[in-house]
Amino acid sequence: MNAHAPLPSLQTGCDIRQERGQRAVFCGLTGIVWLHRKIQDAFFLVVGSRTCAHLVQSAAGVMIFAEPRFATAIIDERDLAGLADANEELDRVVRRLIERRPDIRLLFLVGSCPSEVIKLDLARAAQRLSRTFHPDVRVLSYSGSGIETTFTQGEDACLAALVPEMPKAAASAAPSLLVVGALADVVEDQFARLFAQLGIADVAFLPARRAGELPAIGANTRLLLAQPFLADTARALEARGGIRLAAPFPLGQEGTTGWLRAAADAFGVPSDHFARVTAAGRARAATALALYRARLAAKRVFFFPDSQLEVPLARFLSREMGADLIEVGTPYLHRQHMAPELALLPDGTQVVEGQNLDAQMDRCRAARPDLTICGLGLANPLEAEGLATKWSIELLFTPIQGYDQAGDLAELFARPLKRRARLEV
Amino acid sequence: MQLTLWTYEGPPHIGAMRIATAMRGLHYVLHAPQGDTYADLLFTMIERRDARPPVTYTTFQARDLGADTAAIFQTAVAEAYARFRPEAMIVGASCTAELIQDDPGGLARALDLPIPVIPLELPAYQKKENWGASETLYRLVRALAGGTRTPRDERRPLCNLLGPTALGFRHRDDLVEVTKILATLGIDVNVVAPLGCTPADLGRLGAADFNVVLYPEIARAAGQHLQKIFGQPMVETVPIGVQATIRFVGEVAALAGVDPAPVLAGAPSRLPWYSRSVDSTYLTDKRVFIFGDATHALAAARIATTELGFRVVGLGTYTREFAREVRAEAALHGIEATITDDYLDVEAAIQAAQPELVLGTQMERHVAKRLGLPCAVISAPIHVQDFPARHSPQMGFEGANVLFDTWVHPLMMGLEEHLLGMFREDAEFHAEATPSHLGPGHAPPAPPAEAAGQAPPAEAGIHVAAAPASWAPDAEKELKKIPFFVRGKARTNTERFARERALPLITVETLYDAKAHFGR
Repeated sequence: MNAHAPLPSLQTGCDIRQERGQRAVFCGLTGIVWLHRKIQDAFFLVVGSRTCAHLVQSAAGVMIFAEPRFATAIIDERDLAGLADANEELDRVVRRLIERRPDIRLLFLVGSCPSEVIKLDLARAAQRLSRTFHPDVRVLSYSGSGIETTFTQGEDACLAALVPEMPKAAASAAPSLLVVGALADVVEDQFARLFAQLGIADVAFLPARRAGELPAIGANTRLLLAQPFLADTARALEARGGIRLAAPFPLGQEGTTGWLRAAADAFGVPSDHFARVTAAGRARAATALALYRARLAAKRVFFFPDSQLEVPLARFLSREMGADLIEVGTPYLHRQHMAPELALLPDGTQVVEGQNLDAQMDRCRAARPDLTICGLGLANPLEAEGLATKWSIELLFTPIQGYDQAGDLAELFARPLKRRARLEV
Repeated sequence: MQLTLWTYEGPPHIGAMRIATAMRGLHYVLHAPQGDTYADLLFTMIERRDARPPVTYTTFQARDLGADTAAIFQTAVAEAYARFRPEAMIVGASCTAELIQDDPGGLARALDLPIPVIPLELPAYQKKENWGASETLYRLVRALAGGTRTPRDERRPLCNLLGPTALGFRHRDDLVEVTKILATLGIDVNVVAPLGCTPADLGRLGAADFNVVLYPEIARAAGQHLQKIFGQPMVETVPIGVQATIRFVGEVAALAGVDPAPVLAGAPSRLPWYSRSVDSTYLTDKRVFIFGDATHALAAARIATTELGFRVVGLGTYTREFAREVRAEAALHGIEATITDDYLDVEAAIQAAQPELVLGTQMERHVAKRLGLPCAVISAPIHVQDFPARHSPQMGFEGANVLFDTWVHPLMMGLEEHLLGMFREDAEFHAEATPSHLGPGHAPPAPPAEAAGQAPPAEAGIHVAAAPASWAPDAEKELKKIPFFVRGKARTNTERFARERALPLITVETLYDAKAHFGR
């Protein structure tokens, strides 16, 4: 069993190629939609255009009931023409916002395409504003711009911005485990219980639910990535001494077991104890997955690139549900983080990094998959052409990690097929 | 820089997409980064269109900025032409590409494609969605309009219908109603633009005798241009409401030289009788707050007053281009218009006006929900609910029927709630009873955590800070006997009455003194 050892990136039988051209993906601003719910006292202020505001609003389930903890400072022509000092304007907007929302403890200034093109220095603005509002509000910045980030990379940029704020763990500190990546609270609690039962005492999660609860990081911190899109965050944590544990991602029974085992091995948990602790979860996952296997077995699946979850999801569908993979598109392929996943994919799996939308749609139409996983913009057009689809953004909003969500994950893929079979109109 | 929690309109290139997506045979190449492709979902998810919008995005990235984004744009235009073979193209930039100043028009022209390529200049940092739609339609009409009129004695009267777009609020159904009216009058429709037309169809616009502008925000500029070059008169009366529809029929019939009587005969709408029937008496002087795009807000104000007998206590629009018209209409109701695109201003205006019914957009629907007020949606921004499966026009006589139902039902629901409250002490009703339409076995819903956790700070900045006089227990009890939909107003009025008179305690007497003072 060497799944946790760093694997050379080429140890894969996958056929990996790159494509460039038109892309159909969200930008990193979209991550705000789930991050603002995860970090409960944080506010996300996009510094951008009306397009940015419209995007976040459209992605956030179209309409907002309560006043959300995100907003846009819309740059207008006065800012561009130099009639207004953009930094003074930003300070004014932030002041108004903090007056309105005194409950905010952490404010993210989120860079956008326009703010980057006009080179508005949000890092410096964040420092300035942090001094102004110290100690009530901490102000940080990151980029969610579409010229820098794709969809889930916004979370990566956000978490990476938190890393310098994390306290330094003492050199003599006992080994600790840091789980990295936003998970639903219910999933986080399940994992915390499992780690406790395994005997790993010191476990923390990034991001924490409250801005003031940032975990410590140091040379004795072991990093376990819960999400596959955290390249910059992992690099920043490694630079502060953390050691990343190579593991598959906790999707499905097998992925969850491999992920937990990477931690267990690093903390010297005896294998029989590991087997005992995980037995109930593995059994429940197996029971839950069995309900959907008939629906998904031998189904031909096509992934459009979207969230970077594609490779682990493909591994899950292929190995645990018996699906056939036609093409696994992914916006980026982090060969090192993804090595344990790629090693589990069937030989010859077509992995396509990047996108050329029209060519990819041609391939999809020609292949006539039984199930296509794609973004919201493409789903209905493909359905209208007779192809069953699963829109991928739901995979970010739904708790899908861990043993007790394995069945839910399978159900997300099975539902479109069940629905097609059900409808007679 | 403007702090924006929620926006009524998208950027202007979304308006251009609404035109392009409405048409056939037109392709839009948009110089934009990858995130801007979110716009596809507006059309495929909200409107449930069965095809991607005819838009190619260049999706340039940061690494391209130092290199050659112009070449990326030209490649995208060339490939889009080769793949889609459109009759014509529009090209332009979104907000980010506007900053890098690649000149999409010039770059596309340099490719020398064998089709018309129309450049769009849509200033993303000044203008918004409806302006973008209007400008795009105008540019297309300017570039492509053609055709000549044949002598009238050889044919039936002919008109163009201008304005319906993709992602338009009930445009699909309005078009059906208006076409039906025209057909009954014996008027033929030459071209509907942009919904369903091709660039070649725009080349026949000149054959019509006159133009009907259904949505002035979108089609007035195009209509004015056609008036100038073809001498086509323009009907700008928007047929929303019974009277407006009758006026519309009259104007159209006059221009076409036909008799309007067949359309107006009988009772083409049920609204007038429903409004006069005695069960509608309770609608008299209902305080209504109206907010939306200019076309729908103006129509709503007129219908509310003269066709339903409401009292307009608030009127506003986010369409700044039509602020003058909306201010003038508000003046007729003795109020000042709310012209803003900041929904917090609208929320404050609603609270100040103390309406009993809100007619607004989806955002006002949420505000009304928070304030416990009945509400009906009358305008974009568009929502998946605004594309109902059934026929549900706003225009024409059937549209008037739809409006009667849509606006009156929320009030009726309120009345039912009140009756339930009145009988609350009866055996089969009790404080924990769930609404009867849910049937047995439904627990009262828990308040959503998000709303519960966030509402107080949201409202903190809006409520007028004041130290209210305290309520005597029997006064508080008396207040509960007042119908819930006027209870809030009774409470505020009484507290104001007490404050102005520096009364430390509100008694039952104070409550009724205040009622007498303020009247209904």
